[in-house]
Amino acid sequence: MSVQAIEDTKVKAFPVPAKPAEVIAFTAKVRRRFDPAAIAGKLASTLVPPTIVIVVMLVVWQIACSSPNASLPPPSQVWNEAYDLIAHPFFDYGPQDIGLAWRVLISLQRVAIGFGLAAIVGVALGALVGQSIWAMRGLDPVFQILRTVPPLAWLPLSLAAFRDSSPSAIFVIFITSIWPVIINTAVGVRNIPEDYRNVSRILRLNQLEFFVKIMVPAAAPYIFTGLRIGIGLSWLAIVAAEMLTGGVGIGFFIWDAWNSSRLPDIIVALAYIGVTGFCLDRLVAAIGAFVTRGTTAK
Amino acid sequence: MTAYLKLDHIDKSFARGGQVSEVLKDIRLTIDKGEFVSIIGHSGCGKSTLLNLIAGLTRVSAGAVLLEDKEVDSPGPERAVVFQNHSLLPWLTVFENINLAVSKVFGRTRSRAERHDWIMRNLDLVQMAHARDKRPAEISGGMKQRVGIARALAMEPKILLLDEPFGALDALTRAHLQDAVMDIHSRLGSTTIMITHDVDEAVLLSDRIVMMTNGPAATIGEVLPVPLARPRRRIELSSDRTFLRCREAVLKFLYERHRFVEAAE
Repeated sequence: MSVQAIEDTKVKAFPVPAKPAEVIAFTAKVRRRFDPAAIAGKLASTLVPPTIVIVVMLVVWQIACSSPNASLPPPSQVWNEAYDLIAHPFFDYGPQDIGLAWRVLISLQRVAIGFGLAAIVGVALGALVGQSIWAMRGLDPVFQILRTVPPLAWLPLSLAAFRDSSPSAIFVIFITSIWPVIINTAVGVRNIPEDYRNVSRILRLNQLEFFVKIMVPAAAPYIFTGLRIGIGLSWLAIVAAEMLTGGVGIGFFIWDAWNSSRLPDIIVALAYIGVTGFCLDRLVAAIGAFVTRGTTAK
Repeated sequence: MTAYLKLDHIDKSFARGGQVSEVLKDIRLTIDKGEFVSIIGHSGCGKSTLLNLIAGLTRVSAGAVLLEDKEVDSPGPERAVVFQNHSLLPWLTVFENINLAVSKVFGRTRSRAERHDWIMRNLDLVQMAHARDKRPAEISGGMKQRVGIARALAMEPKILLLDEPFGALDALTRAHLQDAVMDIHSRLGSTTIMITHDVDEAVLLSDRIVMMTNGPAATIGEVLPVPLARPRRRIELSSDRTFLRCREAVLKFLYERHRFVEAAE
């Protein structure tokens, strides 16, 4: 079985440059628990470089799209035409005319259901595959084939099965995000040290106790790696699925804006999607770091 | 009187890919209640396999392990094992690690407060009560092994099985832990079987030393009684004639009569 575990890399937009001089001057007082100058310096060193890059990108974009026959709108036009969307994320003018934050929340709700189901079923199936050699031999080839099917390829089938767009979108999320959860959980369970198994055998833990007290905590770092990949995939899939199924999610909003030639709206929506996806990833990573503290240490 | 623990004509072979390799052949040994027995032999002679058979973690191919005339066929808390690499669960604190064992073994028979006291009693016994809320990663190797011993003792085992318990420790820590084990053995009188490859350790701690021949198809070559009075003190013993004689006997067995041949595959 292929190992899809990714390293838990520290996501930093750019390497932090050498610290400004004033920060070095204050490191002597590191014993003090609250040092406003040091905190400010640290904040500056993490925030300033990305800010510069974003500003440069906007300027380049503005220059590139300023000519009258440019096919894409420059940032100034985006700001002017989509100002309502940027400034008022929570407006609500009726069933199809709502702020982008509402749309993101609706999409997130679908992701929460689909991904939540995928997490539960994925961990259970992964535990089975990791624990039983026969389950692995039987299920692993099936998983390896199914996991390469692109998310949207499932959509017609699920539309036919559920006869409704909303459960179909949720199913697409589920089927997209479940594979990394299964595979990583299985790898984690197979890597449980033999000694932990021996401890549980000597204590005569039953299957449930073994699952809760040994297997899940021991495999937690792997499980969370799978969950993190899974949440990223499900966010990718929901936007695509909503474009086709309609409704009021953020994906449908983009499709709708394209059909009515509102390019600035699409650009704003892309920014929303990116920021939300980033937050989801950080959230799962933070939960993982909290839950698995102390697990990996020897 | 029948023996407390009886290893009755045990054979053990592993089958792998159509090839059967015989590890242990015709092991016969009886151990009395309260006895401290060491099993010594070169690496690869199957002494850990023998311990796993007594623990019930692996099944015998022929013969039987009898504890109080009952056959051992599965692992259980009455044969607690202290593993070489401590095997504490890293996500639990010292207290919680022992609590996992105690609440499983005594969950029905003792109240919460009794179980708490019992855990602390065992931590006191290995002088680790101060670290009750630490995680295994935060304490030293010797301390982890102490906690491992406390966890095994807390199960109130009929037999304590030590699988090279001090193998991964430095010499000074090892001496401290050997003293701790001797002290616990004299206080509790627990029947103990220890796997070791350290001759001094075997002579210092044991009532009897079981010497294994080299594999494949290893068996018990010789059993040496150690007629030293307890309590034993390592400094006095270092020039004691009985101690030196026992030590010499084990060394002779291991390095003259059953020299380890590296390529004996």
